[in-house]
Amino acid sequence: MSSGHGDAKLFARVSSMCYVIILFLDSGTSTVFHLPGLNHLPLALTRELFGTTPYLKKWLLKRGGTILDQNHAHNRYPLVTADDCSKCFGLHAYIDEQGKVAELRQELTNPGKKDKNHAAKKNALKKIVANMTMSNNDMVALFPDIIACMQIPVLEIKKMCFLYLQHYARLKPDIALRALPVLQEDMQDSNPLIRALALRTLSYIHVREFVEGTIEPLKRLMVDQDPYVRKTAAFTVAKVYDHDKRLIEVSDLIDRLNRMLKDDNPTVVASALASLQDIWERNENIKLTIDYASASKIVSILPDCNEWSQTYVLEALTSYVPQDSGEALLLAERIASRLAHSNSAVVLTCIRVMMYLMNYISDQRKVEELSRKLSPPLITLLSKPPEIQYLALRNAILILQQRPEALQNDIRVFFCKYNDPIYVKVTKLELIFMLANKSNIAVVLNELREYATEIDVQFVRKAVRAIGKLAIKIESAARQCIDTLLELVNAKIPYIVQEATVVIKNIFRKYPNQYESIISTVIGQIDELDEPEAKAAIIWIIGEYADRIDNADALLQDYLSTFHEEPIEVQLALLTATVKLFLHRPTKGSSIVPGVLKWCTEETDDPDLRDRGFMYWRLLSTDPVTAKKVVMGPKPPITAESEKLDPVTLEELCLGIGTLATIYLKPVQQVFRAARPRRLQDSPALQRKKEDLNRALGSPGMNLAYPSLMNAVTTPGGTPVAGHQSAIEAADEYFKNLSLSDNSGGDILTSPTAGGVAGNAYVVSQSAPQQIYHPQAGVAGNGDLLL
Amino acid sequence: MLSGILLFNQKGENLIFRAFRPDCRPRLADIFRIQVISNAQVRSPILTLGSTTFSHVKHENIYIVAITKSNANAGIIFEFLFRFIALGKQYFGKFDEDAVKNNFVLIYELLDEILDFGYPQNTDVDVLKMYITPDNISSAIRSVSAPSSDTSKITMQATGAQSWRRGDIKYRKNEAFVDVIEDVNLLMSATGTVLRADVTGQIMMRAYLTGTPECKFGLNDQLVVGQVQQGIEGPMGNYDGGRKATRAAAGSVTLEDCQFHQCVQLGKFESDRTISFVPPDGEFELMRYRAVENVNLPFKVHAIVREVGTTKVEYSIAVKANYGSKLFATNVVVRIPTPLNTASITERTTQGKAKYEPENNCIVWKIARFVGGSEFVLSAEAQLTSMTNQKAWSRPPLNMTFSLLMFTSSGLLVRYLKIFEKTNYSSVKWVRYMTKAGSYEIRF
Repeated sequence: MSSGHGDAKLFARVSSMCYVIILFLDSGTSTVFHLPGLNHLPLALTRELFGTTPYLKKWLLKRGGTILDQNHAHNRYPLVTADDCSKCFGLHAYIDEQGKVAELRQELTNPGKKDKNHAAKKNALKKIVANMTMSNNDMVALFPDIIACMQIPVLEIKKMCFLYLQHYARLKPDIALRALPVLQEDMQDSNPLIRALALRTLSYIHVREFVEGTIEPLKRLMVDQDPYVRKTAAFTVAKVYDHDKRLIEVSDLIDRLNRMLKDDNPTVVASALASLQDIWERNENIKLTIDYASASKIVSILPDCNEWSQTYVLEALTSYVPQDSGEALLLAERIASRLAHSNSAVVLTCIRVMMYLMNYISDQRKVEELSRKLSPPLITLLSKPPEIQYLALRNAILILQQRPEALQNDIRVFFCKYNDPIYVKVTKLELIFMLANKSNIAVVLNELREYATEIDVQFVRKAVRAIGKLAIKIESAARQCIDTLLELVNAKIPYIVQEATVVIKNIFRKYPNQYESIISTVIGQIDELDEPEAKAAIIWIIGEYADRIDNADALLQDYLSTFHEEPIEVQLALLTATVKLFLHRPTKGSSIVPGVLKWCTEETDDPDLRDRGFMYWRLLSTDPVTAKKVVMGPKPPITAESEKLDPVTLEELCLGIGTLATIYLKPVQQVFRAARPRRLQDSPALQRKKEDLNRALGSPGMNLAYPSLMNAVTTPGGTPVAGHQSAIEAADEYFKNLSLSDNSGGDILTSPTAGGVAGNAYVVSQSAPQQIYHPQAGVAGNGDLLL
Repeated sequence: MLSGILLFNQKGENLIFRAFRPDCRPRLADIFRIQVISNAQVRSPILTLGSTTFSHVKHENIYIVAITKSNANAGIIFEFLFRFIALGKQYFGKFDEDAVKNNFVLIYELLDEILDFGYPQNTDVDVLKMYITPDNISSAIRSVSAPSSDTSKITMQATGAQSWRRGDIKYRKNEAFVDVIEDVNLLMSATGTVLRADVTGQIMMRAYLTGTPECKFGLNDQLVVGQVQQGIEGPMGNYDGGRKATRAAAGSVTLEDCQFHQCVQLGKFESDRTISFVPPDGEFELMRYRAVENVNLPFKVHAIVREVGTTKVEYSIAVKANYGSKLFATNVVVRIPTPLNTASITERTTQGKAKYEPENNCIVWKIARFVGGSEFVLSAEAQLTSMTNQKAWSRPPLNMTFSLLMFTSSGLLVRYLKIFEKTNYSSVKWVRYMTKAGSYEIRF
């Protein structure tokens, strides 16, 4: 808060006992005052009365303040307002590290005679806990004093000491060891809450002696008479496994954990299941199979479990492999009532299990009946907070691909509300695109046109792109879509025009000789285009229809004048378009072609451009007739179906409905490297034939059907140039891909923070290269259906 | 599951850092601060960096972040984060930066209890309050030497089938309040067709009942849930429309879907549509439902907005109340968007007050009391300043908020609430209905 004299004053309330005041001076340094015994320093008073630094200094010294630190460069703290600072009491640790710690130690060890019920100790402990995160580990100096307090038989004090222990044990393992006997004794306490607390605390500590010391008491507590302790013990097994696999593997703890599944307390059973699954996830060699009898038993305890336990039980059911269609059906019907639970984790996990079981049910009518039950609860999740809506919507995309009959909803439930957060809107847009068909196209186009007038540029672009893709997806609606696009183009908003140009190019490709009447309208907007992808698209249109555009040569000339400054994708497009112009209209093209070919072959460093240049040059100089056939030949068809996930990924994601991977809609190992792969287990009841899967995988049309996959493998210079036809296809494909990747990747690369991360600045795990996954700005558009 | 829970204030200071697994390193706090809090272009609540996923929710002025290292169940993550916020509110009244700073210990204690190894445990406030209490409330449980009957009661409660209710609750006067609260959502196109109209309803209950009461709750005489049943009446063909009308009149309601509090026995509802439960003490959400059929829209809006050249926009907005004249809506507010370059507004209304709010780019028309059957009109004119860079006005939709007592858009009614308890006491029950605007948007 500037006082008008150029000084910014900051002050912070340290505790209830003293204030620390920092004066920031113009010179970029600060003075720190410590003022004990002053409980309230009125903000207004300071601002009004002590407008100038010298005055305030004098006042503070008079009141007994001491200067702690002078001329300290204050670049460690951003200059914030006084209001901010008065709330911020994290500052003090750095100011008064030594004094503070000494003060707290004093309170802990020598609370005075009057410390009835340990009130002073509690107070001091509270301050210490409060400072654990806010101060930079200064509290660690108090470790020995905390250990001394652990013996006090007051639960509140114990809890605080244990919290402290969990927080700092790794920093000072040698001192922490002194706490071990206390914990061991507490595990024998008569109070079950204390036994559980001690076990829980002990097993959190990532120090060898603690982990090893857990094993024996754990065995005892797994059969404790109190269910609360048994529940805690069940989770402890997984915890110890996380610290040290070997310890668990050489012991019989996993067998003991298995025995806990027979416990008569539902919470204990659910905890044991969760613990087993946690262990399963982290070891490829452990198999987790549940037979029908057990599956049936754990389903029967569902109504007696709390909501979280229900989720753990349901998750465990995916480890049951039905051997018989009837069993699968029965189980699916028995868990269906969970769909009405108010906890979205229960609902989504239940959907996961039902979808899983459907793979083993032979009666298609029953499968459809079950599928229909999934949709209403999924839609109901749209009345939850936006984060949960988002999750539900991403999973709807998945379910729609696996079981289209499950989402026969009115498309209008997915229409965007004006105040939906952007991530919800974009996902709704994808669903609208997927659900659009002949009968609802009019409503959909109206809706998309609304979206195209919204504020968020990326959303608008996706809406425009969706309109273009609908033209390709639904042939009978192409005309309507094009009309809508042209209407939007007329508004002359640059990014809309650019996006529309790109999709119109695709429409031309999909429906040759049908909509060329709009060429002039599109060309009319040529001045609005400045993005590479849009430029490449318009250049493609000019080249393709050079015979119908009178001034095609002049238009190309415009772009060629800045050829060397253009990005590579535009250069490639220009090269191909120039050659096409020459083949269409040799008289006009002949003056341009040689120059362009010369640039591309001699004056470029880009291998793709050079290769393509050479190829055209050779082709034109040897056999112009063949050249025409090659360059102007029929193009491979494009479809709008490319956004479908491949069957293997789809299968895996469906086994993980509700998990984080469904947000990204990418192969699970691509995002979560350490995740254990999940596959549908074979059984006599499995319905989907494996051959279907293999055929889909090995299909030669793969590259065309999944253009985004090409992104990953096509590196500059890696374009195949075997046959001429394929070379052109590849070129077309390549240039399509390039623009694709550039557009979607652009968001990531241009954002300042993300760019830094990909490099080396903030490495989370140093063993593996960094990858950033951000659902909307998808890396290659693989999970991002509308790019 | 979760590796850690972190709390930040808006400046990015890490207020709470609680790790549940050794892979949750302190520097992750810095990464979240840089990637999310100080990044203006966050477009998702979930961010995966390398092997770490940050899932965050913003509440008041704090960020609540869950850290996971695997392909965890995102449903659990977010549902837990919201539950944690709810707990914070139940404990501290308001869950914001100040509440966190004044209750560090309690929050750490809670986190230690409601998550074990990152797996959510019992999160029912009633049971938690038995042994985790704010320090000004002295509790016998707090001392280690508490009688064992007390502690085992707690542990049974925390792991038992009715984890949401203590057994020893006593009230002198037994009362139960039921609030049916509906949010009606409307999206109407510029041409007046209803693009979407649905109701999301909530049945809130406040139960102040002694002992372990079993409640049975009855809705309309005829309750249809889901579309499955509709297949049966398919062959009726043209009759269908007529039947629906008579059905509605006879007190039937069609719910698209419903979800219940965990105390409701879902199996029973599935088999015979009875809602029976043992309620938690105090306030809770018994049920949440959604209806799309026969939605009664309380207000009809007719909006004419004409852009005259580039300097003027003319508005004529008529709002008609579509409910019985004995009822009246309160706090009716109509927000009418104006172009960004609006210079001045002149407005006239037949009822209520209208005011131009330049900071929100809209005219706010408030009608304190809107009696059923009446119709009010606002006419206004916006003068625009000319701009060099003329961009088309995006015409965001007009929206309405209101609340209307004793009316449900879905037609849902509470027929009865029966309470059975072994001491057979008599109890008093209250029902209230309210319909509010959810997202009530009209395009023009």
